[in-house]
Amino acid sequence: MKRSVSAALAGSGGAGVMTAGNMLLEAAALAGYYGLMTRTSGPQIRGGEAAAMVRVSTFATDGQDDRFDLLAAIDWQNVHRFASELPLGARSLVIGDPAHGEPPAVFLGSGARYVPVPLKKIAAGIPGAWPNMVALGLVAGLIGLPFDAVGRAARKAMKKGLEAGIAAAQAGFSEATSLQEKQGFVLEEPPSKSSRWLITGNEAAGYGALRAGVRFVAAYPITPATELLEWLSPALAKVGGTLVQAEDELASINMALGASYGGVPSLTATSGPGLSLMIESLGLGVTAEIPVVVVDVMRTGPSTGIATKSEQADLNIALNGLHGDAPHVVVAPNSVADCIAATEWAVGLAESLQVPAIVLSDQYFGQARAVVDMPAFSKNEFQREKTTQGENYKRYAITPSGVSPMAIPGAPGCTYTADGLEHNEKGTPSSQAGDHLAQMDKRARKLAQLDPGEGWASIEGEGDTAVVTFGSCTGPVREAMVRYGKNVRLISLRLLSPVQPQRLKKALEGVKRVLVVEQNHSGQFLRYLRADYELPGEVKSLRRPGPLPFRPDEILQCLNGWEAS
Amino acid sequence: MNAPMTAAALAAKDFKSDYKPVWCPGCGDYSVLSAITKALATLGLRPENVAVVSGIGCSSRIPAYTTCYGFHGVHGRALPAATGLKAARPDLTVLVASGDGDGYSIGGNHFLHACRRNVDLTYIVMDNHVYGMTKGQPSPTTEPDWSSKLAPGGTGLREFHPLVIALASGANYIARGFSGDPNGCAALIAEAVRHPGFSFVEILSPCVTFRPEQREWKQAVRPSPVEPTEDPARAARRLMTDDGFNIGVLFKGIRPAFSGAAAQATHAVADLEAGFSL
Repeated sequence: MKRSVSAALAGSGGAGVMTAGNMLLEAAALAGYYGLMTRTSGPQIRGGEAAAMVRVSTFATDGQDDRFDLLAAIDWQNVHRFASELPLGARSLVIGDPAHGEPPAVFLGSGARYVPVPLKKIAAGIPGAWPNMVALGLVAGLIGLPFDAVGRAARKAMKKGLEAGIAAAQAGFSEATSLQEKQGFVLEEPPSKSSRWLITGNEAAGYGALRAGVRFVAAYPITPATELLEWLSPALAKVGGTLVQAEDELASINMALGASYGGVPSLTATSGPGLSLMIESLGLGVTAEIPVVVVDVMRTGPSTGIATKSEQADLNIALNGLHGDAPHVVVAPNSVADCIAATEWAVGLAESLQVPAIVLSDQYFGQARAVVDMPAFSKNEFQREKTTQGENYKRYAITPSGVSPMAIPGAPGCTYTADGLEHNEKGTPSSQAGDHLAQMDKRARKLAQLDPGEGWASIEGEGDTAVVTFGSCTGPVREAMVRYGKNVRLISLRLLSPVQPQRLKKALEGVKRVLVVEQNHSGQFLRYLRADYELPGEVKSLRRPGPLPFRPDEILQCLNGWEAS
Repeated sequence: MNAPMTAAALAAKDFKSDYKPVWCPGCGDYSVLSAITKALATLGLRPENVAVVSGIGCSSRIPAYTTCYGFHGVHGRALPAATGLKAARPDLTVLVASGDGDGYSIGGNHFLHACRRNVDLTYIVMDNHVYGMTKGQPSPTTEPDWSSKLAPGGTGLREFHPLVIALASGANYIARGFSGDPNGCAALIAEAVRHPGFSFVEILSPCVTFRPEQREWKQAVRPSPVEPTEDPARAARRLMTDDGFNIGVLFKGIRPAFSGAAAQATHAVADLEAGFSL
C-alpha cells in the first residue's frame, strides 16, 4: 500500500490525455485523496504530443515525486521527447497499446516493466468510446480508486459521449483487476475528510486578486499566464469589474495604471517577455505612486525561451529590472494554494503603499491543478487610503510613513497631475536636487518601514541546517526534509522586496549550514541573498535551469552528501 | 459625456493652472491649451470631473497646465492609460493630449487600436512635424526632404497621414484644427467631447523653434469646403485629395462607443468558490 502514487498519461495531440488526467485527479479528490496534476506538451498548437502528470497522495503535496510509478501511453508518437520529464525506475510500470508498437527504449532503460494493453481495441468494442477513457479506468483501477469516483468525475467533466466514456473507463478498470502488477500501486485509505478545493495556480492568483478588490484587469495573452486572464474575464463580469484586452503588454500595463489612477484596484498578468515590455511603465507606477499589480507566471527565458515550461529566472528582472532607483514590491507564492493569499497580499501592499507589485508565480504553479485544503482567509488589512481633503492639497507630501494622501479623480479641490517626471510635493515637475532626494527618500521609506508580519516567509522546522528557497521549489524541499527525518529548517521567502535582512537573520539564528535551492542557471536567488542578507556558516547552492522541476530525492541527496562530507 | 453642471458656470481661465509652460515663445501649443480650457468651459464641466492624459513630448506637458486631474505618463502610452481610466471610470470626461512623435511613432500601435476600440475619449494631437523636446529630429509626419542633424538631406520617407489612418482604423470623429485659430479648435474639441466613441482631433501646431517655416501655415490653412459626413467611404474619397491644410470636421461616425465598462455585480466574490469546490 502506498501513500503516494504518480502516474503519467501520455499521447499525441487529440488523444485526450489532459482530459483523462483531469478526470483522474478529480476522481482521486472525490475519493478523498490529495494530489496534483502538472502538464507538459510539445510546441505545436494542435496535434502535439502531451503528458498529464498526476500524483495522488494521502497527504497534501505541492510537487511531483522522484519518479513515476505508472506511465500509460495512448500512443508513442513523439512521447520520447518527454523522457527527461517522465523519470521512471525499476519498479515503474509502462503501459502501452501494442497497436502502436513497443515503448521507446528510453522508457525501458530504467528497468521498468512493460505491459501491453490494447486500449484502442477495447475502446473500439464500445461505440463512441475513446482509448483515453480506457486508460483512465485502467490507471484508476491500478491505484485502487473506487470506480464510483471515476464515474462522478466523468459526469462532471463530459458534456457528450458520457455513457460511452464511462463504459470505456469501466472496461479499463476491469482490465486493471486482471493485471498482476496491481499489488504494487494501491493507495492506502484516504485521510479523514476535510473541505477541499481543486484549483490551479492561475485560478488561485485570479481569485486572490478579486478577493483583494481588483476590479479592472488589462489582458494580453501569453503562455502560461493566459488561463489566469481567461478565468478572470467571466469572474470579473460577475463581481462588477471590467476586463479590457490590450493590443500589447505596453498597453496592458498602462491601462492598468490608468484604471488604478482612477481609483479602481487593477492588475495584469503576463510572463517574462511581457514583463520585459512592462518594465518602463512599472517605473511610472513607482514615481507617480500608482498602485498596480503584475502577476508574472514565469517560463523559461531569455527571449521566447520555452514558452510552455517553468523556470525561476525572472527574479533578477522582477527585483532589479527597473531603471533608476525604483523601490517596489515583489511577492512569491510558495504553493498552488498560496497563489491566492500571495496575490491578495500583493494587491493589498500595492494599494496601501501606492506602489507597483510583482507576483512571481511560475508555469509549474500556474498550470498545475491541485487538491488543496480550503484556505482559511483572514481579513485583508491593506487598503488604499483615499483623500478628499482639498485644502492646500499636496499629492506627494513628505510624510513620516512615506505614503502621501491620494486623491481620486472626481474629488473637488485636490486635482493634481500624476507624473513620471520627478516632482515636488504638489506634483509639479522639478529638476531640483532637493526635491529628487526628498521624493526618493519618501518612496524608499514607505517600503523600508513596512511591517510585513509573519507572511514575509514560510518557516518550518528547527535545526542547524537551513534550506532557503522560494516559489515552486518549496514543495520538493519540504518533502525532502520529511524524508531526511533530521532537524532541518525550511525558510521559503514570500516577500522578496522590500528585503527583510533582520527577519532572515533571526530565522537563521543557530544555523551552521545553508542550502539555497532555486530553479535557474546563474543562481539569481543566491546572489540576491548574498547582496542583501547575511548567510551564516557554510553556504551551498543547489540550482539548475528549467524546465525540469526539482525532485525531493535530489535535495535529499544534497543534504545527505553534505552530512557525509 | 457628463451632463453639464447647472451650478456656477466656470470660465476658460478656471481650467488654466498657474504653472508656467516649458514651451518656447510663439509655440502653437499655447493656443491649443487655450482651446482646451475654452472647450471645457463651453461644455459646462468641472475640473475635478475631467482627466487630461498624456505621454511625453512638448505637447504632453499640457495636463499640469490645466486645473483638471492630469496623468503625464510614459512616452507613447497615453492612449492605453486613458483607455484604462475611462473603462474603469466612465463617469469622467477623458481628454488625451499627444504630439506627432509620441502619438504616431512610439505610440502608433495604440493609435490604431484606440480608433478600433472606440472608447469614448477625445484624442488631441498637436502636430508640428518634428520632435521638439529632443531638439529637432524628423517625426513620422516630417516631409521627406527636411534636413536635420539626425537625417542630413532628409529621411526620404513618405509622411504618415494621421487622418487616413484614423479613418481606416475606425475612429468615430475625425477633425483637423489649426492652433492659429483657438476658437475654431475649441469648437472642434467641444464637439469631439460631445460625440460618442473615439474622437480624433489633429491640430496643426507650429514649432517656431525647429520649423520656423511653419509660421506660413496660417496662409496655407483653409476651412474645409465640405460638410462632415457619416459615410466612411465618402470621407476616404475626400482624403484622397486632401493636402493636409483643410480645417474642420471630416467625419462623424455612428458606431456605438465601446461598452466594456463594468456591469452591476451579480455575485459576491465568495460565490466564485463554488467553482473550486469538489
